[in-house]
Amino acid sequence: MTTTVHHERRSIADHARAVLRLRELPVAVALVGLIVITATLNPRFLTPQSTKDLLLNATIVLILAVGQAIVIITRNVDLSVGSILGLSGFLTGTLFATVPGIPIPVVFLAGIALGTLLGAINGLLVTLAGVPALVITLGTLYVYRGINNAWAGGREYFSGDRPQEFGDLSVDTLLGFPIITLIALAVLAILAVVLGSTRSGRDFYAIGSDPTAATLFGIPVRRRVLTAFLINGGLAGLGGVLYASRFSSVGATTGTGIELDVVAAAVVGGVAIFGGSGTVVGAAIGAVLLTTITSSLTALRVDKFWQQAVVGVLILAAIIIDRVASNRTARRLRVSEARND
Amino acid sequence: MTTKTAEASPALELTSVAKSFGSVIALSDGELRLESGSIHALVGENGAGKSTLVKIIAGLYRADRGEYRLDGRVVDFHTTAQAKEAGVAVIYQEPTLFPDLTVAENIFIGRQPRGRLGLIDRSAMRAQSRELFAQLGVPIDPDRLAEGLSIADQQIIEIAKAISMDAQVLIMDEPTAALSGTEVDRLFAVARSLRDNGAAILFISHRFDEVFELCDHITVMRDGEYIATHRTDETTVETMVREMVGRDIAQLFPKTAATIGDVVLRVKDLRRAGVFTDVNFDVRAGEIVAFAGLVGAGRTEIARAIFGIDSYDAGSVEMLGSALPAGNPTAAIDAGIGFVPEDRRKQGLVLELTVGRNATLTLRHLLARFGLISGAREREKAEEWTTKLQVKGSLDAEAATLSGGNQQKVVLAKWLATEPRLLIVDEPTRGIDIGTKAEVHRLLSDLAGRGIAIIMISSELPEVLGMADRVIVVREGRIVAQLDRDEATPETVMRAATSVTKEAS
Repeated sequence: MTTTVHHERRSIADHARAVLRLRELPVAVALVGLIVITATLNPRFLTPQSTKDLLLNATIVLILAVGQAIVIITRNVDLSVGSILGLSGFLTGTLFATVPGIPIPVVFLAGIALGTLLGAINGLLVTLAGVPALVITLGTLYVYRGINNAWAGGREYFSGDRPQEFGDLSVDTLLGFPIITLIALAVLAILAVVLGSTRSGRDFYAIGSDPTAATLFGIPVRRRVLTAFLINGGLAGLGGVLYASRFSSVGATTGTGIELDVVAAAVVGGVAIFGGSGTVVGAAIGAVLLTTITSSLTALRVDKFWQQAVVGVLILAAIIIDRVASNRTARRLRVSEARND
Repeated sequence: MTTKTAEASPALELTSVAKSFGSVIALSDGELRLESGSIHALVGENGAGKSTLVKIIAGLYRADRGEYRLDGRVVDFHTTAQAKEAGVAVIYQEPTLFPDLTVAENIFIGRQPRGRLGLIDRSAMRAQSRELFAQLGVPIDPDRLAEGLSIADQQIIEIAKAISMDAQVLIMDEPTAALSGTEVDRLFAVARSLRDNGAAILFISHRFDEVFELCDHITVMRDGEYIATHRTDETTVETMVREMVGRDIAQLFPKTAATIGDVVLRVKDLRRAGVFTDVNFDVRAGEIVAFAGLVGAGRTEIARAIFGIDSYDAGSVEMLGSALPAGNPTAAIDAGIGFVPEDRRKQGLVLELTVGRNATLTLRHLLARFGLISGAREREKAEEWTTKLQVKGSLDAEAATLSGGNQQKVVLAKWLATEPRLLIVDEPTRGIDIGTKAEVHRLLSDLAGRGIAIIMISSELPEVLGMADRVIVVREGRIVAQLDRDEATPETVMRAATSVTKEAS
């Protein structure tokens, strides 16, 4: 029985150490610091209305960053998410405009299904062709965008074309949170549990940590990687539907360029670009940090150019911190082995 | 051969197992019979087919023919997951842990204990890991990340994994290669207790003292074939070595006597922490010095450090009397060193470029005028050397399309064009057919005759013995023997490369 006590006591210290080692910690601290400083300098920064705007701005990037994090954890990347979001957004606009009275849940399902399908194409190309995901999804980025262009042409759908209740999802709040933000948080919570505490979720980390070892170990690498792309595609599809609720128009260029914000959010949130570590919660915090930083720099009347530069510095800092840490570990390993001789 | 368990079927049995890759036969006739509650050694030179055999057992490769039985039942694994399911655990030479996961998770990945809602029960996982480590008598924190663990600890984790899977057959592929004396003792204690609990263990090692200390039976392989199985107490190291080497040194090696000149390269007290230590040797003009030893002994690493690809922590390299800066390949090339790497497809050639371009890669500065390379001059130079070396095929063919032997000649041409004083060749004939092999050997011999000093790293004993004026044997990052041509025999070299003299460090 003494062992149990001993075990308990140690695990408290371990917990403390584990929290300090969390990869999300720096970004969470940065986010809190940013909000506190901005709110002190400009009290209007945290009024209910501007808080709501902050959350709304973060929602879509947050959903995409969560999906992207899963793909990156498996040592892949999906650059086509902006195009998937665009297609799903335009599908949403088209459905509301051409099928009067279509139930809102059906539209959600249609958008998610389209995204999942496009994600499946990415995933199949990556797992079957064995070409790096960077190249494959760079290709599908253009292909999907091209389809969107051909389909939409010069057409755009405006919020007037959509039912009031659909737009209200981005207006109404529950406990201060807009409905679409709550949807995003629910998705985040589910995926956090899946990645953290299910066997297949942990496989994603194993694959990204060492793909060869994962194969040797008998982990179904292809199936898991395909699943990551499916989830990510589905989330980008969901993002497209929410985009149509949040913004006034959807057209041929909806979502262009958002993929870079998304990858940046994941990386800033502690998801290692070489896979194997990081969490969806971290990616979500990264998304909130990146969108908040823009608002807070505006609130502090910082020049637009510097806003972008600050985002860039954040990304570099995240990557450099990661690199320095892993170099240090590698060196420690070599020296400690030498000592064992 | 063993009669005591004749009626019970062996835990694992392989009969007439073969595997080839294209035209390369990796394993032509593998036989193995592991009994429960016994430790069995598998020995053989590099390339004898041991690793292929292990990979078939692990389910990583499927045998082309032959029979694989577990507990008397014929099995045919398509994936490593199936082999694992059937109770076969393999500990590879290089432990296969996931650096970003915790130790506990590495043990249980894919089989994590589950609690409510089918979610992973981390405290159960932690507790079970602690229990395993207590059983093994090692203090490893289950919550730490696997990254940064010593090789010894990584192996213990692999063993913990095998125990937790309740493996009946445990394969250990050179587990001691990177371990220190006490770590080896700890590993052996664990292996013995597993054996006493009824596991069948296959132990692959190049160290005969370990094999004789630990194992009950020994199976010898050579050139992809089963040679013999002995009871450890009925055989000797001498028999073993004879069976491992057991062939005539073919007259493949047209070594011609060359006049040995002055010292070209002098290496003094070279050390890189954890990789090699106390490396001291000279190479003279016209001399072929072979680096013999086992794969992973540190030979390539020493060569890379001399050439400046990797840095080193202490010591010095002198080329023709002047010191070479560490970690600077350009300086090494300027000083007259050429380096033909082991993996010519990845490191020796630019496969997408033409033969001509590849052959002149090292001459870009000489060929350039005002920063531009003239195609005509490039061609002229390329032709000169590719003709001398009789490279088959056109200068405009992509390097990727050539055979292994011809690719090697292009790499050699590339370096010879720089007129080196010292050429380092790493496994010069690996993967090359026998005819071209002889050509490469003749070429190296010619070069030595012209006064070029040559360091040849080779894992093929006949090549070492046939070609070298002097053999330097490397083991675990140290030079353990320097043998002159007439002292070097298969036995002396193998013995130096494999035996462990327990030296205090």
